[in-house]
Amino acid sequence: MDFFDRFAVPHPSFLIYAAMVGIGLTMLAVVVGITYFKKWGYLWREWITTVDHKRIGIMYLLTALLMLFRGGVDAIMMRYQLAMPENTFLDSQHYNEVFTTHGVVMILFMAMPFIIFFFNFLVPLQIGARDVAFPRLNALSFWLFFMGMGLFNLSFIIGGSPDAGWTSYFPLAGNEFSTSVGTNYYMIAIQIAGIGTLMTGINFITTILKMRAPGMTLMKMPMFTWSAFIANVIIVFAFPVLTVLLAMGTMDRLFGTNFFTTDNGGMDMLWANLFWVWGHPEVYILILPAFGLYSEIIPTFARRNLYGYKSMVASMVVISILSFVVWAHHFFTMGQGPLTNSIFSITTMAIAIPTGVKIFNWLFTLWKGKIQFTTPMLYSILFIPLFTLGGVTGVMLAMSAADYQYHNTMFLVAHFHNVIIPGVVYAMLAGMTFYWPKIFGFMLNEKLGKWTAWLLTVGFVLAFIPMYITGLDGQARRMYTYSESTGFSLLNMVSFIGAAIMAIAFALLVYNIYYSIRYSPRNIGSDPWDARSLEWSTHTPVPEYNFAITPQVASTQAFWDSKKNGHELFKGDIEKIHMPNNSGLPFIMSCMFFVFGFAMVFSIWPVVIVSLIGILACLVYRSFEQDHGRYISVEEIKETETRLRGAKNEGR
Amino acid sequence: MKVDNSLPLEYSTEENNLKILGFWIFIGAEIMLFATLFTAYFTLENRTGNGPTGAEIFEITPVLIETILLLTSSFTIGLAIHAMRLNRKKAMMGFFTITLILGTAFLGVEIYEFTHYVHVGAGLQTSAFTAALLTTLGTHGLHVTLGLFWGLFILLQIKKRGLTPETANKSFIFSLYWHFLDIIWIFIFSFIYLKGMM
Repeated sequence: MDFFDRFAVPHPSFLIYAAMVGIGLTMLAVVVGITYFKKWGYLWREWITTVDHKRIGIMYLLTALLMLFRGGVDAIMMRYQLAMPENTFLDSQHYNEVFTTHGVVMILFMAMPFIIFFFNFLVPLQIGARDVAFPRLNALSFWLFFMGMGLFNLSFIIGGSPDAGWTSYFPLAGNEFSTSVGTNYYMIAIQIAGIGTLMTGINFITTILKMRAPGMTLMKMPMFTWSAFIANVIIVFAFPVLTVLLAMGTMDRLFGTNFFTTDNGGMDMLWANLFWVWGHPEVYILILPAFGLYSEIIPTFARRNLYGYKSMVASMVVISILSFVVWAHHFFTMGQGPLTNSIFSITTMAIAIPTGVKIFNWLFTLWKGKIQFTTPMLYSILFIPLFTLGGVTGVMLAMSAADYQYHNTMFLVAHFHNVIIPGVVYAMLAGMTFYWPKIFGFMLNEKLGKWTAWLLTVGFVLAFIPMYITGLDGQARRMYTYSESTGFSLLNMVSFIGAAIMAIAFALLVYNIYYSIRYSPRNIGSDPWDARSLEWSTHTPVPEYNFAITPQVASTQAFWDSKKNGHELFKGDIEKIHMPNNSGLPFIMSCMFFVFGFAMVFSIWPVVIVSLIGILACLVYRSFEQDHGRYISVEEIKETETRLRGAKNEGR
Repeated sequence: MKVDNSLPLEYSTEENNLKILGFWIFIGAEIMLFATLFTAYFTLENRTGNGPTGAEIFEITPVLIETILLLTSSFTIGLAIHAMRLNRKKAMMGFFTITLILGTAFLGVEIYEFTHYVHVGAGLQTSAFTAALLTTLGTHGLHVTLGLFWGLFILLQIKKRGLTPETANKSFIFSLYWHFLDIIWIFIFSFIYLKGMM
């Protein structure tokens, strides 16, 4: 009986049982639906085995949107619990689980796939490449990430969710204080997804360094590609730290080692330090591509060149370096002494300088521009003041002496949501709206889009600005309730209303997608926004090989030059194109990783060994496999080109 | 596939170039991985709890044997790549085989070393120091083990398919990996063993 006890959720409640039934029914419906419409073959051939960067990108996008919903439900539950004093909607254990999974899901399983979606879809198109450097590895990256995500979400219904915070500090996360398997899920699911992300990093650095179109020097790359390059460099240097850290945490929990315990020499602060050595660069992995997207959107709709290209690049490089030397600011109060705190204070505040440079560059780009207030532009314009507010409170937090007042209060929660939501989430939504026509061949409805942006902003301000005040008044974060005498109830109710408005905004986004699928015109051509860089120069929908002829580049805005200044993008004749073959191996191998992870979580050693052998067998198969890809013939390319061009002409 | 004959075989196609650069970046990630392990080790080095210290358990003889074995194998994989560039398949396979044998011998001695540690009461669970020590050494050992299998498969492919741009590329990348493990070992030898014995 003991064996099966571990699979039960430790603190069951009506909500969890309802979710179990809901998830079970949804999955059943999906399986039955696919079988009924006979789509298994299609799914396998076109999606599961695909190595096409565009399709992999779309799968990342779908996962991100799904997780945005999942993390959003967590957020609403927390805000509802705190809306009234002494609320009993969630108990303390359940609340702990909810804020832990909210953090992990939003950072690692929503924001990360969202930016990797943009890497995948945009980078090869922006640099005029056929695909990424290692298409098969790219598929493996996605499926490993996907399986990690799946495993993490499974914790909710089998065995219990992690409950030690998304930072999972020891000794709280150790066996002594976290007795359920929840934290095992944390360690292993993030490990599997993290390996996938690390491979994404290697893949995109190689792609950007080696596969740019002729004439595109590093300093002529579109700004998003620059930001992707720097973010991927940070990934390659930061994620191995996470790999080691999670491995050590896993060993502490499963094998009884003493890395982070409180006896036999173990050191709990080692976890906190190493976590943030990865964790702080991680937030820049998220924000830099967001900056890159704003740098694409703002020039497009201000009808001007991006102001200060070189300083934009330089500031991102400086931010990436500084991101590795600020980690201790996450725990100023944990006793490292005034000298260390002062050093980390100064490095942290220094980040405001390159970030400020970027803000001013965007403002100067807008200056004297012919601004068009489209939905993506609206997000970008709203981003600037809101993000600056978050940045300023960040500098407040960076002052180590003052931090003793803010530490672990709602002030901090307000700060990081204030940078992540207008910074990352707005960029993701702006970028999604901006690139939607390129991806799917129709535009999202502008009116609904603007409503979403405004509602989101109103909701955001109502939800998070009050937290600055309650935080300064001493409301601690991660506390599941408070008494009425604290006087926090009114502002927390305002927060809840704000969160509800944000939920309505996201519902409106979903409705917008539905509405646009049904009613949006399909004859929009390949360049509906009159944009500037290479991804808009190919057809919509983008053919499998991206560009029939490799484009020639002479400036940072090659496509704009070809439209306005007579630059010739596509010189020469069509030649046959080499493309990689599809493969089921990444998916199969990732499935084995999933089984491996699940068995590790519950310490079912025979299954661990079998699945490890399976993983190794996949590697062996891959080593001996001979796969030289295939060629698309000139006739086939010409046929596709005529068809796509024809579709476009019809539209005009 | 376009083959540029003016370049060494392992660099002769575009795909090969990509793979070599990609692997260098992977080595960059590996450097961070071991740097983190070393950081953890140096932090926990003196936190021995009730367990033994490094000076009490380290033995110079097996460590020296391991060092000589691994350094020699790094030399022989270099010779193998040199033979590959001269297009001498037999010599290349010979040196490659010697490399793998030396690697296996290294692993054998390391396994002996590990059983010795457990024997003298320095197991994985003993203290923070032993956990960090065995994890760092174990991660390196795991890399060597995987490398041995990987190398064996490449060797079989060369035997079957000869020196093609593909097999040459794999061999060259394997040599990069093997040299990298050697460099990591030099750090382990200097900063874990020698420093620990002083």
